[in-house]
Amino acid sequence: MITAGIDMGSRTIKVVLLEDLKVEGAPQLNYAVRKAQIMFPGELDQDQAAERVYDDVLAAAGLKREDVAAVYATGAGRKQVKFAADAVTEMTAGARGAVFFFPSVRTVVDVGAEEGRGIKTDEAGKPTDFAGNEKCAAGAGSFAEAMSRALQLSLQDFGEASLKSDKTIPMNAQCTVFAESEVVSLIHASTPKEDIAKAVLDAVASRVCAMVRRVGIENDVALIGGMVHNAGFVASLKAAMGVDELKLPEMPEYVSAVGCALLAAETRH
Amino acid sequence: MIANYGYKDGSGEYYISIDTDKCIECPVGRACLAACPKAMFETLVDDYDDEVVCIKAQFRKSLAYDCVQCKPAGGHTRLPCTDACAPGAIRHSW
Repeated sequence: MITAGIDMGSRTIKVVLLEDLKVEGAPQLNYAVRKAQIMFPGELDQDQAAERVYDDVLAAAGLKREDVAAVYATGAGRKQVKFAADAVTEMTAGARGAVFFFPSVRTVVDVGAEEGRGIKTDEAGKPTDFAGNEKCAAGAGSFAEAMSRALQLSLQDFGEASLKSDKTIPMNAQCTVFAESEVVSLIHASTPKEDIAKAVLDAVASRVCAMVRRVGIENDVALIGGMVHNAGFVASLKAAMGVDELKLPEMPEYVSAVGCALLAAETRH
Repeated sequence: MIANYGYKDGSGEYYISIDTDKCIECPVGRACLAACPKAMFETLVDDYDDEVVCIKAQFRKSLAYDCVQCKPAGGHTRLPCTDACAPGAIRHSW
């Protein structure tokens, strides 16, 4: 059986096709990702964008719509996926996906483009507690992106630059607009880019960590979402949370889409 | 599940927590819906098909301002929503 999970994020659309492998005695290996695809939609019409990326991923996998038993959607735009059989919240999808990749995980930190959230989960991947920040993107990827622009660095260089600094510069600004002016002040004070990058990522990590502390940190902890690709942020978050290890999935931006596809499959079993 | 709705900003941390496990079998007929003077609560069917209460999306970014009339500054010593919730499912972080 093949199921699909679509994560309609605020910046990107992620689609995963999951195949039921039926491996007896190895629950976490019962399913495998058949195909995954990410798209940065060029248009504002999310309905059309979802249709297009779904058809693309099916074509790439050599499948037709009728080959897929069920489609579930998640993410900020989940209601726009008209062809989905059901829509689940980012918390439910993220927790299920994280526990699929790491069965020992009990705390999931999800940092995407516009939002970050902390999720406590049980061993089945069902959320028991969650907290997000509804108001501000200062604890999310777009904040880091805006700050990297201010420093004229690519996102990857921004993360790597922060790893070269051992300075702690507190950033007080609570929003991207004020923080950007704080970064400009640091640039004018001839502060090295590496130190500014670390200050920014420490600030994002500190906001994310405050959310996660609301639900409580219980090992193991997984970080999912696009910010996993930012090595500087991962280091800052580890330090802020006081944990030795963060479980980092290989396909971090697809974890919620995988969780969705799993929920679709489990509903049909 | 404990659902935390709200945010942290420069002035503080503003979350309303709803313990949905206590909320599912509400013994007081969702009294919180009527108790909130700003009608900030609503019911929804969650991902596990349970009917629970949540904070309406339009209030989640402005709790500090929306709840102010029920706080001590507004002359209240107790919160109407937490008082109405007999199972004790609702908590404010501030």
